[in-house]
Amino acid sequence: MTASQLINPVTLFQPTTRATRSCLANVVSIARRELRDALRSRWLLLYTLAFAALGLGVSYASAASVGGAGMAGFGRTTAGLINLVLLIVPLMALIAGAGSIAGDRERGMLAFLLAQPISRSELLLGKFVGLALALTTSIAFGFAVCAGVLAWQQSGDVTSSGSALKVGGLLLLVALTLLLAWSMLSVGILLSTLARRANVANGTAIFTWLALVIATDLGLMAATMTFKLSIERLFALALINPLQVFKMWSLGAVDASLDVLGPAGLYGQQTYGSSLTWVFGGVFLVWILLPLALAIVVFRRSSIS
Amino acid sequence: MIQIQHLIKQFGRQRAVDDVTFTIEPGESVALWGSNGAGKSTILRCLLGLMRFKGQIEVFGNDVRRHGKRVRQMVGYVPQELGFYDDLRVLEAIRYFGTLKNVNTIDADSALDRVGLRGHERKCIRQLSGGMKQRLALAIALLGDPPVLVLDEVTASLDAVGRREFIHLLASLVADQSVQRRSILFASHRVEEIDALATRVLRLERGKVIVDQSALSFSTMIRAEESESIKSLLRLFIEPRADSSRAITLLQSSGFDARMNGRGVYVAVEHGQRGVPLRLLADAGMRIDDFEFVTHAEEDRK
Repeated sequence: MTASQLINPVTLFQPTTRATRSCLANVVSIARRELRDALRSRWLLLYTLAFAALGLGVSYASAASVGGAGMAGFGRTTAGLINLVLLIVPLMALIAGAGSIAGDRERGMLAFLLAQPISRSELLLGKFVGLALALTTSIAFGFAVCAGVLAWQQSGDVTSSGSALKVGGLLLLVALTLLLAWSMLSVGILLSTLARRANVANGTAIFTWLALVIATDLGLMAATMTFKLSIERLFALALINPLQVFKMWSLGAVDASLDVLGPAGLYGQQTYGSSLTWVFGGVFLVWILLPLALAIVVFRRSSIS
Repeated sequence: MIQIQHLIKQFGRQRAVDDVTFTIEPGESVALWGSNGAGKSTILRCLLGLMRFKGQIEVFGNDVRRHGKRVRQMVGYVPQELGFYDDLRVLEAIRYFGTLKNVNTIDADSALDRVGLRGHERKCIRQLSGGMKQRLALAIALLGDPPVLVLDEVTASLDAVGRREFIHLLASLVADQSVQRRSILFASHRVEEIDALATRVLRLERGKVIVDQSALSFSTMIRAEESESIKSLLRLFIEPRADSSRAITLLQSSGFDARMNGRGVYVAVEHGQRGVPLRLLADAGMRIDDFEFVTHAEEDRK
């Protein structure tokens, strides 16, 4: 020990404090708390029941309209479920994310949480993971109800190869729905870090949802007609919107062809071929990671009052 | 040890904290005293790393900006009002924060004993009174026995009884010599809190420290200011609260300067007339649950 250290008052009294926990341990603790709170909350219950009930209705009606069996019934059910997912899941995830930070800020809880030995990135990541798990539970429940109805309608057909295809298709649809939910959750959390009040964050989330929904078919059609877009630009534009990517990917996966989406779909299939899956996956990865990274930057720079 | 050097915090064009420098030694209990907007809470929030600032803040040699987590591990914080998930149970809350502070479950549970919350573990936070919520916040702050306690106007949301009880609890914890030499930094504008807790007082005005004095000399000075004051302020707690505006109208029509502030009705009264507002309201059939006298010096700082 040097002489300067000996007389440095800081070194005279050093408290015995516990070590801080690792980032991962904090993220896990916060995620568990967030998951528990979300599972107890009314909003998640409401969305889960709405998603399950509408999914049930779509599955039942689609299967019944084609006699309840065969690939035609499954295709129609899937198309119905895709449209349902496009409407409900982004809204559910955006609202969940939007309420996370802004809600805590409004309750005065954010300052108290951040006065604990955790970093802002840990809090944000913990919230993301916890809410993502809550959404996963909700979506899995909704799809399980739909799958139950499909299985009941086609009882006796469970061992056939067609049935295995249906199970695989349904699982893929669940996986793509989760990617869509996580990407929208990430956007919702970004909106939440930008807003000072919870109602502003929720309002912005609803507006974002509306914009993304409109920007799928209607928006692309309008843009094509107005700006006389080339097919390459139209496809690039479609790739910007995660809802459109979900639609292209899920229809392509179920139908093994994108011709139902018209020239843009065919262009994508012919240009990218089998690597189209990687393109779609990459778009989702960007939509999950980029808003979350931006949210961390914004959140770390903001003052908590 | 807490070292704050040339701390500046600006909100737009306004300087909330203007080049503040002070040091707090282990075992010291320092009050930040000043009116609303003087910069008390802002200094505490900068210390906790909740706000960006200019200058330097170190806690036991750890820079708040670079080692925020380590600093906050050494600091227990009690806010003005605990805003937390209302449907969370007391035990769940203390264990959750125990986990974040790296404190085991047994130690976390025993923190409830220290603040007199044993027996309330199963209650939801929304079922707790304001005083009990503050006790819970204090229990959380004490988890892991941090060497620094930061208290931000912790009794501001409490009624007169709750405030007295909470100050008593804090004073007993400060006096507890079994714990290591703990430093306390707290924001307050109440003389009784300074009397009970502080060893030193920093008087703030418009973001600057204008006086750094011992708690004893501060109390002497405030008492002198108080005795010079002709009028006192009477704070009345009227039930139901909806009757407060009727009470103000009645008092004003009788020539008193009365107004609402937070939970209480404030009435300026001269010496020799302190009981008159009470009698007026009682005659009008109003229920006064509690009352207290507040010094003008104290009130001016609200």
